[in-house]
Amino acid sequence: MTTMTLQDRTIRIMDRRRRMALAVPALILAYLVYAAISFDLAGLAQRARLDNAAVLMADTVSHKIHVTRDNRRDALSVSVEGSARATFAPDRLPDWVAAQGSRTVIDLGAGHVVTYDGPRTTYDIPDYGPVTLTVGDGVTLDTPDGQVPAFINASPARVTITTDQGRVTATRARTETLRYFWGWEMFFFDLSSPLAGMSAGQVAAAVLWGDRIDPARSNLSLALSEFWTNDIWQHGAVAWALFETILMAFLGTFGAAFVALPLAFLAAQNFAPSRMLRFAVRRVFDFVRGVDALIFTIILSRAFGPGPLTGALAILLTDTGSFGKLFSEALENVDAKPIEGIRSTGAGALQRYRFGVIPQVMPVLLSQMLYFLESNTRSATIIGAITGGGIGLMLTQAIQTTQDWEKVAYYILLIVVLVIAMDGLSGWLRRRLIRGS
Amino acid sequence: MALAEIQHDYLALTRRRRLYGGLLVVIFVAMMVSGFRVADARNAGGFWQGLHQVGDFPAALVSEAVQKSANLPGHMIRALPALVETLNIALVATLLGCIAGTALSLAATRGLARWPRLVPVARRVSDVCRAIPEIVIALVLIFILGGGPVPAVIAIAIHTAGAMGKLFSEVNENVDLKPVEGLASVGATWSQRIWLGVFPQVAPNYLSYGLLRLEVNIRASAILGFVGAGGIGYELRNAMTFGQGKFDQAAAIFLLLFMTIVVVDQISGLARNRLTHGAPA
Repeated sequence: MTTMTLQDRTIRIMDRRRRMALAVPALILAYLVYAAISFDLAGLAQRARLDNAAVLMADTVSHKIHVTRDNRRDALSVSVEGSARATFAPDRLPDWVAAQGSRTVIDLGAGHVVTYDGPRTTYDIPDYGPVTLTVGDGVTLDTPDGQVPAFINASPARVTITTDQGRVTATRARTETLRYFWGWEMFFFDLSSPLAGMSAGQVAAAVLWGDRIDPARSNLSLALSEFWTNDIWQHGAVAWALFETILMAFLGTFGAAFVALPLAFLAAQNFAPSRMLRFAVRRVFDFVRGVDALIFTIILSRAFGPGPLTGALAILLTDTGSFGKLFSEALENVDAKPIEGIRSTGAGALQRYRFGVIPQVMPVLLSQMLYFLESNTRSATIIGAITGGGIGLMLTQAIQTTQDWEKVAYYILLIVVLVIAMDGLSGWLRRRLIRGS
Repeated sequence: MALAEIQHDYLALTRRRRLYGGLLVVIFVAMMVSGFRVADARNAGGFWQGLHQVGDFPAALVSEAVQKSANLPGHMIRALPALVETLNIALVATLLGCIAGTALSLAATRGLARWPRLVPVARRVSDVCRAIPEIVIALVLIFILGGGPVPAVIAIAIHTAGAMGKLFSEVNENVDLKPVEGLASVGATWSQRIWLGVFPQVAPNYLSYGLLRLEVNIRASAILGFVGAGGIGYELRNAMTFGQGKFDQAAAIFLLLFMTIVVVDQISGLARNRLTHGAPA
């Protein structure tokens, strides 16, 4: 009889468990379906700009050189990414651009040749024929067969021809030809530098045994300073930004620990001088944690303006709450015996804390701080993007201009390397602390 | 003689230790101070000039909110759909991230992995996923997919997958392998061994970590809204950039966000407590 009931009960429990095991995934699935509908996944497929994705991918690994003719002033300029800071001098044009008076011949490679001849632009496309664009009040398009093929996008005000070799755009104001090149342009030296256009070997040779390019200093210091002050990639500014991000994380984390440690004593059950005070301090911790870094960032940046200090203080305030809670829990778990022992020698309160409590909790506290240091490096990037400081700001600015994707890729790479490095550092220090103690 | 020597050595050792400890503290304090000075110098506004203004903005916010306190409930109700969106972003991202993180963690645990050779690969994958801040993926995806919740979900989910991959694999390493071996001896497949032998052991820990992550992700989702991913963060930014005159709305959103975070933290804290210490008798 008892075995029967026992068996019955077991089967019932098993059945319930099996139903649960099916019900939970079904519930999750149902929720995800609801979320997909409420997030309008179907509409997203239409809104997605896959051409943007293609531009992003292509631009990340390549750069383009703009050959621009100002149609109002009949002036030619050749620049990297159309940037005014990276314009080729008229006597140092790339060898695929030949300018003579108002006639410019641009060789896009593979037989594609674009010719600017006054207001007339001719694009000679192999296997298709010459396409002529004439700029007047608008832009007139002439194709060999009179049709507009798919790779030409024409309206009365603007004509764009896109081929595998490059892109030609003509408007009343200007005619522009883009040619794409592999790699990140002028990563080491910008165009204004005397070292521009040299290969790595040439630079190494100049540094090691070449004559002084600038008589005032050695080639090595010239190369380093040209690299550091590179106008396009701004290595100096990027290094500062990375430093600012680390600084925010460092100051925020350890500053919070400094503030939280004494408060944690007030919030720990075994050290709190009064229950009322303990309750109040704990509510303060909860409040500060609940307000969240986002809100602190907004409030603080109103007072201090954008910059690393604002970010550091925002992290400091938020983490004071988290640390206060964690530290007070650690303090509640300390062994009372060493403290009693120290009390028996006639030690005062401060001495009891210093020699009885701190040595017990320090490894736990330090390891928590190091955990937070790593995650705060990431937070500092995000807070920097909001409050304007560090690498986060540079990244958002680069993304918002939507043209320098190679810089975006560079910054993302730097951020990932930075976070992984901080992760490694904090892990290494934690292991040393735990083994050392 | 020997005793005196030992005492002398011991005292010298203590002194040296104290000296090193003291030096470390001094260096550390110097680093903090100089760090703050550098940060202060590079900030747009200085610390001491700004200190007395810290209260200005909250004061303006509160005074306008108090003045128009009748509007607050209305503003809150109007912000509710945005709040639901923020919560949905966080929840969907946590779910997807935890599912992906479970797969990653199983692939990254020695002894449980289906393909033991891929263990280091899975670990590196979760390291990289963990290292990329959400905002990076979100901003790039906003460029491709347009603003809205989906970029935020993907961004948070990728980061969560990385973080959970690491935490879950630490849990997996402490699993008792006897049930798994028992299942293997009766001919269970890999998925059956995991489903019946591992998951019942790790489920409470997984759930507890997942809940903790949900708290983190709600904050992250609010922040991503602020950079254009929809939800309550976006509403907050709109109210803030409008400035004076819409501070009552900003205050209502602040309040709503704060209450949500506190309520979710409390519920998840209670649930986690039950998961780790068992249900109260």
